[in-house]
Amino acid sequence: MHYPSNHANPRRLHRFHGGLHLPDNKSQSTGTPIQPANLPPRLILPLQQHIGAIARPLVSIGEGVLKGQMIAAAQGTISAPVHAPSSGVITDIREHAVPHASGLQGMCIIIDTDGRDQWCELPEPIADVRSMTPETLRQRIRDAGIVGMGGAAFPTSIKVTPGSTQPIKTLIINGAECEPYITCDDMLMRERADRVATGTAILRQLVEADECLIGIEDNKPEAVTAMTRAVEEIGLDRTEVVTIPTLYPSGGEKQLIMVLTGREVPSKSIPAQIGILCHNAGTAAAVADAVLEGKPLISRYLTLTGQGIANPRNLEVLIGTPVSELIKQAGGYTKAASRLIVGGPMMGYTLQDDGVPITKPSNCLLVAGAAEAPAPGPASPCIRCGQCAAVCPANLLPQQMYWHARAKDLEKVQEYNLFDCIECGCCSHVCPSHIPLVQYYRFAKNESWAQEQEKIKSDHARIRFEARTARLARMEAEKKARLRKKKAVLKKKPTKAGSTVDPKKAAIQAALKRAAEKKAKQAEEGVLPGNTEQLSEPQKRQIEQADSRRSDNRQTSVETETQDG
Amino acid sequence: MRFPSITSPHTELPNSVTKTMLWVIIALIPGSISMIWYFGWGILINMLLASLGAVLSEALVLKLRGRPVLPAIKDLSAVVTALLFALAIPPLLPWWLTLIGISFAIIVVKQLYGGIGYNPFNPAMAGYVLLLVSYPVEMTSWLPPRMLAEQIMDFNQVLSVIFTGTLPAGLMWDAITMATPLDIMRTQLDLNIMISEIRLSTLWGDFGGVGWEWVGNWYLLGGLFLIYKRVISWHIPVSILAALLLMAMFFQTLDQETYPFGLFHIFSGGTLLCAFFIATDPVSACTTRKGQLVYGACIGILIYIIRTWGGYPDAVAFAVLLLNMAAPTIDYYTQPRVFGHGTMKND
Ligand code: SF4
Ligand code: SF4
Repeated sequence: MHYPSNHANPRRLHRFHGGLHLPDNKSQSTGTPIQPANLPPRLILPLQQHIGAIARPLVSIGEGVLKGQMIAAAQGTISAPVHAPSSGVITDIREHAVPHASGLQGMCIIIDTDGRDQWCELPEPIADVRSMTPETLRQRIRDAGIVGMGGAAFPTSIKVTPGSTQPIKTLIINGAECEPYITCDDMLMRERADRVATGTAILRQLVEADECLIGIEDNKPEAVTAMTRAVEEIGLDRTEVVTIPTLYPSGGEKQLIMVLTGREVPSKSIPAQIGILCHNAGTAAAVADAVLEGKPLISRYLTLTGQGIANPRNLEVLIGTPVSELIKQAGGYTKAASRLIVGGPMMGYTLQDDGVPITKPSNCLLVAGAAEAPAPGPASPCIRCGQCAAVCPANLLPQQMYWHARAKDLEKVQEYNLFDCIECGCCSHVCPSHIPLVQYYRFAKNESWAQEQEKIKSDHARIRFEARTARLARMEAEKKARLRKKKAVLKKKPTKAGSTVDPKKAAIQAALKRAAEKKAKQAEEGVLPGNTEQLSEPQKRQIEQADSRRSDNRQTSVETETQDG
Repeated sequence: MRFPSITSPHTELPNSVTKTMLWVIIALIPGSISMIWYFGWGILINMLLASLGAVLSEALVLKLRGRPVLPAIKDLSAVVTALLFALAIPPLLPWWLTLIGISFAIIVVKQLYGGIGYNPFNPAMAGYVLLLVSYPVEMTSWLPPRMLAEQIMDFNQVLSVIFTGTLPAGLMWDAITMATPLDIMRTQLDLNIMISEIRLSTLWGDFGGVGWEWVGNWYLLGGLFLIYKRVISWHIPVSILAALLLMAMFFQTLDQETYPFGLFHIFSGGTLLCAFFIATDPVSACTTRKGQLVYGACIGILIYIIRTWGGYPDAVAFAVLLLNMAAPTIDYYTQPRVFGHGTMKND
C-alpha cells in the first residue's frame, strides 16, 4: 500500500498537559546559511561524549592521525568510539575541562591540527542500502561513533537493535526543536533534508517500523517544506511530515510521542515498550552520512546565539573545537555577555570556562545577556499558587515535590513521582516566588541515586556478611558435631543435637541469603527495557539510568554517575 | 573568559508575587468603587486604615523576627489581606476594631505561622471572625445603600464617626444603620413571614438587596479578569457558586416560601467576593485542580447550611476557615494522575 507522504489533513494531534508558549527567539540565528567553522589549531576530544562506558584510546602521544581515523574505541556494548575530526598530531591524553553541568574534568585526547585536513581511508560507501543486512548497517553506525544528537547521547546502534519484547511499529523523527533560541535542527532540515530523509529510511529499515512520523513545530515552515519534499523525492512510503503546534516541551521524547500518536509511554519505561522509537533529526543525518559515505561523526551543526554574541548564526563545527574559537568566528562576545550556556535557555547548563570543547550532543551555545537571563534574585516562600502544577508536562505536583525535597525527605519526593520529572524547567519559569524548583529536583534525584548505590553496596555487604556468618556457623556446628561424635563414640551414647542444629541453621541462613539476593536483584533491575535481556547487570543499570535521562532533552554529554552496582 | 555557574532555566521570569498581588488589587477596584458609592466614605477609610495597620504590623513582626522587612512589604500580600478585610467589615466600624482585626490577621494568623506561604488560614477571614464573635453588634451594624439612606454623610462626618464615635448632630445610630439583606431575610423568616411578603419591601432588587447586588456584579467582573489573567483558575469560584446554587435550588423546590432562591444567595452577602477573591487565596486553599473543585463545593454547601440553619446571617468567613483546615487533606487525596501512570490512554 502506498500513502502519499504528506496528507492535506493528515492526523489528529494530541495534547500533553501544561507546557509553555515561550518567545522563540529563533530568527536571530537563521539569517545566514550554515558554513563550516574554521579549522581550530587544537581539538580536544573527550573520551566520553556518550552515555555508557568510556572509550579506550587507540593512539599514543606523538602519533600522527588522519581525519576520520578512529582514535578511541568503544568499550563494551554501550559505548561509542571517537574519531579524529581533522589530521594532526596527538599532543596529549589527559584530564581536561569538558562540557558538563558539574564543571567536571574528563579524559580527553588532544590533537594539534596540521592544517591539511587530510582524510584517512574511509569504509566503503554503501550505495544499495536495502541489500545490506541489519548487522552490517548497525556495525557501520556503531563504528561511526553515532550517538543521539538531540542531547541525550545514547549510542544509536544500541537503540536500533530490536528488542525481544515488542516490534517497533512507529519510528518518530524528532525535529520539534522546541527550546527557544536553538535552530541547528531547523537549519539542518532546511539545508540537508535529503540526508535527514535518507537517514530516516535507514533507521526505519533497521527497526522494520511500519510507519514513520517526522514531527516539526509549526514555527519552522521552511523545514517542513524541505522535509516534505525530500520525503517525496526519495519515495519514503508510509511516512508523514507532521507539523505540530509550537508548545514547549513538545520536543521531549514522551511529549512528542503523545502529540503525534496520543500514546503515553509508561513511567520508567522507554518508548520501545509501546512499539515506538524516537530519533533526533541530526542523528538521522549522521546515520545517512555514515552509511552513504562511510563518514564517522566528526562534525555537527551548532547554533551560536544570544545577546552576548556579536553575529548569531549556525556553524558546522568539528567535534572537539573549543568554544572560544567558535565565539571568535561568530564575531566574539558583546558587552552584554553575562552567561555561557550549552543548550537552550530552559534546560541548558552553564559553562564557567569557554575553553571546553564542543561534543557530539552539544546543539547550541547561548551567550545570554543580562536582559535575556537576569541574575536570579532571592526566592521567596512558596505561595502555593499551583502555577507550577498547571504547566507541568508530566502532570506532577512540583510544589509538593519541592516541599519534600527541601526537607530532604527523599522517600516522600519519590512518592510524588520525582523520577517522572523531565527537568523541563516549566515550573521554575512560572513560579512567582522565583524558587529554583528544578534545582531541588536535580538535587533530590542525585541524592536518591547515591542512596540507591549505597543501598546496593550495603545489600552486597550484608549478603557477604550473612554468607560468612552462615559459613562460620556451619563450621562451628560441624566442629561441635565432630566433637560430640567423638564423645559419643567414646561414650557409646549418640546425641541428636549435633545432627539437627547443623542443617536447620544452614537452611535458615540459606533462605535468608536467597531473600537478600532477591531483594538486591530487584533493587538493581527496576524495569528492564525490552532489548537488554542479554546484557550484564551493570550494563542494564546503565541503560536504565540512561533511559531515565534520555526522555528529557537534556544536553548532557558526559555522564559521571558511577556504576559500581 | 569566565562565566558564572547558574542552573536552568535561563529565562526572564514572567511572574512574581508582587505582580500577582497587584493584579488582585486591580481586580478589586470596580468592586471597591461600587462599595464606596453605595455605602459611603467609610469603606475607603477602612481600606486605608486596614492597609496601614497591615503594613505596620507586618513590618513590626518581621523586625522582631529579624527578617528583612522591605521584600515582604513589597510583595503587597499584606495590602491584599487588608483590602479584603476592609471590604468585609461594616463601613462605620470604630477605628480601633479595624486595627485589632487586621493586626490579629497579620501578626497572629499570618506571621506567627511563619509569614507568607505558611499560614493555614486566610488571615482576612480569621481577623473578621475574631471581631464577629467578640463584637457581634458592631460587626452587624451596616449602613443602608445610598438609595435607601435618609441622609448621606460626608467624608468628615464619617471620619469623625469612625475615629471619635460621635454622630453628626440630629442623627441616631438606629436611624442611620441597617442590617444587611441577608440578616433581614433571616430575621423575618424566623418570624414566619413568607418570602413573597418579605420581598415586597423596596429594599430588594432583582436578586439580592438593592445596591448589594450591584456590588456583586462588580466583584464578578474583577474575578473574571483574574481568571483571564490566570491569576486564579476557574475551579474554586465556579464550584462555590455552583454548589451554593444547587443547594438553594434544591431546597427552594421543597418550599419556595421559606427557602430563598439561588440567585439571592449568589448576590447577597460576601458570596462573590468570597468566590473570586477570598477562597482563591492560594496559600490557604487547595492546590490540585480536583481538590479545588471539592474545596469550592464544600465552601458553597457550608455557606448555604450556615446561612440557613446556623447562628450567623452570613457564613462566608466560617465556611472558608473550615475548609482551610481541610485543604491539605483534600490535596493529598486529589493528586492528579501523573503522566505515564495508572490507566493510560494507550490503545
Ligand atoms: S509556582 Fe512556585 S509559588 Fe506557586 S505553587 Fe509552585 S512552587 Fe509554590
Ligand atoms: S521540571 Fe519537572 S516538575 Fe517542573 S514542570 Fe518540568 S517535569 Fe514538571
